[in-house]
Amino acid sequence: MSQPSQEMPASPRPLPKLEGDAAPYWRALAAGRIELPRCTACRRWVFYPRPFCPSCMSREVAWQEVSGNGTVYTFTIVRKPTNPYFLGQAPYVYAVVELDVGVRLPTMLVECDPEQVEIGAAVEPVFARVSDEVTLLHFRPRR
Amino acid sequence: MVGSAVSGSVALRARSAIVGIAELQPSKSPQGRTPLGLISEVALAALADAGLEPADVDGIVVCPAMMQYSMLWPSVVAEHLGLRPTYLEFVDLGGATSCAMVARAAAAIANGQARTVLCVNGDTWDPKGMYLKPPPLFSPLRDFTMPYGAAGANADYAMAARLHMHRYGTTSRQLAKIAADQRTSALDNPLALFHGKPLTVDDVLASAMVCDPLHLLEVVMPCTGAEAIVLTSAERARDFPHRPAYVLGFGEYLEPDPFQRPDLLVTPAVESARQAFAMAGVTPRDVTLAEIYDCYTSAVLIELEDAGFCKKGEGGPFIEAHDLTWAGDFPLNTHGGMLSFGQPGLGGGMTLVVEGARQVMGRAGTRQVKRNDVAFVHGNGGTFTEECSLIFGKEP
Repeated sequence: MSQPSQEMPASPRPLPKLEGDAAPYWRALAAGRIELPRCTACRRWVFYPRPFCPSCMSREVAWQEVSGNGTVYTFTIVRKPTNPYFLGQAPYVYAVVELDVGVRLPTMLVECDPEQVEIGAAVEPVFARVSDEVTLLHFRPRR
Repeated sequence: MVGSAVSGSVALRARSAIVGIAELQPSKSPQGRTPLGLISEVALAALADAGLEPADVDGIVVCPAMMQYSMLWPSVVAEHLGLRPTYLEFVDLGGATSCAMVARAAAAIANGQARTVLCVNGDTWDPKGMYLKPPPLFSPLRDFTMPYGAAGANADYAMAARLHMHRYGTTSRQLAKIAADQRTSALDNPLALFHGKPLTVDDVLASAMVCDPLHLLEVVMPCTGAEAIVLTSAERARDFPHRPAYVLGFGEYLEPDPFQRPDLLVTPAVESARQAFAMAGVTPRDVTLAEIYDCYTSAVLIELEDAGFCKKGEGGPFIEAHDLTWAGDFPLNTHGGMLSFGQPGLGGGMTLVVEGARQVMGRAGTRQVKRNDVAFVHGNGGTFTEECSLIFGKEP
């Protein structure tokens, strides 16, 4: 155990845990693909990933590749980040993107003017490589 | 997609009442106090208000103290107060916590598990000097939000506001009026953190943008503070020093992941309010004052709609058309709301419960609403995830 400190704690980049039920999702992103779990019984998409379907309780869930095209469901321009790691990036656009298949993904919109972002705008995926193991899924306006 | 079979059991209607209330003046810093110290002080004050002693209490309901988070918290608090309860409960539902504490106390009394129940919240807020870190938050979903710059509840409630504006034409001025009207009420509440500081719509809009479209003065301020209430059975409630506030109805509902459900803007408040109104046997038209969890202005906007005070999408014009101050035609968050009073801890919604009871008991002094027959009190936890509604009445 470290001693309690009055200093501002270090702020490492928040990254996902790569093990567990979502491991195939992060492995696919690292390989440049978007794969999401889908219930083979009721055909609903399962997000966040779970090894069962929270809609029909089926355990028959299979990973399926999707294009990643979608639209902005809603967004905010973050001017005062709560995680110190993002202080230098503000203002930035934190958004929820609705994929064409209907799943909504929290994400960061990049390669855009935050003031020009609109709900309903078409977006496409950006595979943001962080390390050999971790790739994040950002989106940008579709060109 | 409401799967609940609960219809708001009429058998639970008006079986209990609030007979004692207490609230400490909130402060921006802990001033040397601890959550357990605050809880003790306010609990004893609420018991004194009801003319009771600790030995009279046989039920206790507590909630997490972020700055003194501990396992076994109900027994720690009960032991500290010298209670010997037959009913102990711990409620951890974010912003729905306080309303759910009252619902559980009311149910326990109706069930005969306890006769007199103390519900108490107290917490300190000191992000710079905290001697204990707040408890960790875990959800698998966080792996899909935190790496992308998620900015906590600020961002989520901002995204709800943004979608409401896009779809229904709601304006920032309409949202800001909630904060401004509540501040007007706070001018009549000497305990409020922002007492003595008038606020206009333009002031709200001139404050710093935190997460578009929410400004700083549309965002609640955590603080140090504490509240407690004492409930007992409706039969006994007439024999206490103060006129009681009867718990006419309560309801609760969770709908997971607001961003995956069909519509972010249709919240569990639809169902929690439906249950509460069904149990109470009243409708939104019968409500004469409302205390609605105001972590953000956008939360109030959307809950007003979902509780049934106006149609979906008409929250903006509703806010514009009504005077929301305690003296107005739709008294809302009459002590200033958390936005002007302060938000003491995870159980901060208890300040809304106390104010709702205070108004119905007729004890709100210079800000007493004229028509105090029926109060609607609402808590909202997560991002419109788990919600709880209460209805208090002057008559059983």
